[in-house]
Amino acid sequence: MSGTTAQGIPSRTVRPPTAGPFAPERGGSRLGAVLDWLRRNLFSSWGNTLLTLLVLALAAEVLPPLLRWAITHATFAGTSPAVCRSDGACWTFIRVHLLVFFYGTYPPAERWRVNLAGVLLVAFAIPVLRQTMPHRWVWLLLLLTVFPVVAGVLLVGGVFGLAYVDTSLWAGLMLNVVVSFVTVAGSLPFGVVLALGRRARLPVVRTLSIGYIELWRGVPLLTVLFMSAVMVPLFLPQGASIDRLVRAMAALVLFNAAYMAEVVRGGLQGVPAEQEQAAESLGLSWWQVQAFVVLPQALRISVPAIINTVVDLFKDTTLVLLIGLFDLFGVIDLALKDPAWISYSKEGYLFSAVVFFFCCFAMSAYGRSMERRLARAD
Amino acid sequence: MTRRPSRQARAAQWLLLLAVIAAAWFLASMAGANLARRHIPFGFGYLAGKANFDIPFRLISWSVGDTYFRALVICILNTLLVSALGVVTATLLGFLVGVMRLSINWLVRNLALGFIELIRNTPQLVQIIFWYVAVLRTLPGPRQSIMLPGGMLLNIRGLYLPTPVFGSHAAMLCLIALALLLATPLVWRLRLRGMSVGARSLVLPLLGVALAVVSIDHVELPRLQGFNIAGGVQVIPELVALWAGLSIYAAAFIAEIVRAAILSVHKGQREAALSLGLRQRQVLSKIILPQALRVIIPPLTSQYLNIVKSSSLGAAVAYPELFAMFAGTVMQQTDREIETMVILMAIFLSFSLTTSAAMNWYNRYVALRGG
Repeated sequence: MSGTTAQGIPSRTVRPPTAGPFAPERGGSRLGAVLDWLRRNLFSSWGNTLLTLLVLALAAEVLPPLLRWAITHATFAGTSPAVCRSDGACWTFIRVHLLVFFYGTYPPAERWRVNLAGVLLVAFAIPVLRQTMPHRWVWLLLLLTVFPVVAGVLLVGGVFGLAYVDTSLWAGLMLNVVVSFVTVAGSLPFGVVLALGRRARLPVVRTLSIGYIELWRGVPLLTVLFMSAVMVPLFLPQGASIDRLVRAMAALVLFNAAYMAEVVRGGLQGVPAEQEQAAESLGLSWWQVQAFVVLPQALRISVPAIINTVVDLFKDTTLVLLIGLFDLFGVIDLALKDPAWISYSKEGYLFSAVVFFFCCFAMSAYGRSMERRLARAD
Repeated sequence: MTRRPSRQARAAQWLLLLAVIAAAWFLASMAGANLARRHIPFGFGYLAGKANFDIPFRLISWSVGDTYFRALVICILNTLLVSALGVVTATLLGFLVGVMRLSINWLVRNLALGFIELIRNTPQLVQIIFWYVAVLRTLPGPRQSIMLPGGMLLNIRGLYLPTPVFGSHAAMLCLIALALLLATPLVWRLRLRGMSVGARSLVLPLLGVALAVVSIDHVELPRLQGFNIAGGVQVIPELVALWAGLSIYAAAFIAEIVRAAILSVHKGQREAALSLGLRQRQVLSKIILPQALRVIIPPLTSQYLNIVKSSSLGAAVAYPELFAMFAGTVMQQTDREIETMVILMAIFLSFSLTTSAAMNWYNRYVALRGG
């Protein structure tokens, strides 16, 4: 390890391409430039060359069997496991179940409602995410108020001639998206309130906020989800009951609000105290100071960290599997219980990993671009 | 100085407190009524009752019919075991990947980047179940065990590690070794001439390890006997899967922490040290790492806490840790939902609070004295 440490730190000064005996002449050939890049990045010293060869050897060992399994010997067509070869991946499993993975057990005739809700989500979200869009706050407000009502009516139904679809039928990727959206929309405002509470100069408010935040951040999410599943019925009046999905989403909102609060607090600390003092000296009330001066700046700073939290909670939605709700991963796991497909767990898990990867990677990439924008603005 | 809150605001906060208390009282009375209807009195006395289940993996002895309290201790130990293993491996792997991420070698750098992005952007539960079902459950049987370096064996029944067999003076020597280990912070505070903090803190543990090694009589290697493996310690696949899932996931986050910390050391520091005639290795160990370490510690603490909290995902692969056993088996057998949840949350909270207290102490130490 020590060798790697000494080697790994960018400790030696990287020679500029124009220095040294092997540097290409100005306007040199393309091949020369490529060779020069190779020399600088892969073969600059004995240790470096050794590392390069080591990585190449590793790749030669791992990649060919992997490619053979995943592509050349894999099966894509067909509808039954009988067509699959024993030495290759059976992507047929994914193809056959694809719609179930996305919509779960939502009635096939009503799937257009899920699609429409998804399109609406994108339509409302794009103006919020576009960094040059005017009136982004208005769009954010619409996304958090109008959209949930419309999407809720679409997905649940029972009014305007839409057939009622029980939440026990919601599953697959749509469940991940619904749960994540509700969690973000609920925990962000609550988290802002908690963050303000933690900084308040009122001892009772401050203590309650700190206690709440530290309590939820100190326990695993699973305990909170389990509480929603097994304990909530004990705290309700006799005969009353709350839908299981609603309970799980409430638990996720309460839990993630504590994390959002810490993220927003980080943003609040980044706003210079003079801002608050200046606003106060203008005669604004505490609420006006927070709403019009402090929070807009604090939230702007904390957007990248908020996005990180959103990525984390999107990944955490898989945990609802352990309280009997079936998200994308849960549906895949369920499909793998079918004796016909039982031996294709690698394919199923890899597929869910790929879907999660693309969703999360897109979100983190957006977060990083925001971060760069903020850094440039400073 | 911001102004003092108004009188109304100060009065209103007591109303808030009153509302919180009223809500808590309402919930408690609801729960009381519901429990009375089920004829279950509230209390923790059930921990003394007999538990009629087996615990497939434990560090101390257990037989069916022992008390729930003993089961609780066993499960806490199991949780601590997998967390400790996870913390050690995640730290080693995380530092390695973090340093690789800054390598001047393009291939190494991007290999590390690919690893980090892949792991950070997929759910931990998927990873743990992948290791368990898709990797460990498809391994060959004991007769075709995979040989790993260091005499380790891997097959569908788990990972077999070689075990040291201690000689006659072992107990005493190990006690001395433990005492030396515990005395480390004392030596740390002494200012031994010409020794850095790192060297000072290593003296006693190294002596302790040397003593422990001396007391080993021989090492027992796991080997095939009949249809099973004899000798060595068996680590059940559930533990291996959870261990791998916890440490690989945390390692990706730790790698990013390490990278950011090393980059946070101003490059003028390195240039100044080099111009003073220090060697590359000295620059790294005396200038860059001590400064980077200070930046690393707070986020590293929260990663360690995440490992402890995520160990509850053992429930997904049936590793008998605290959450899996108590929120599962025990809750079903005793119908004590509220008490069990209170115990679970109290234990996890105390883990979190002690870890952050310890890390805060260490953080203050590093911050004040310097590396």
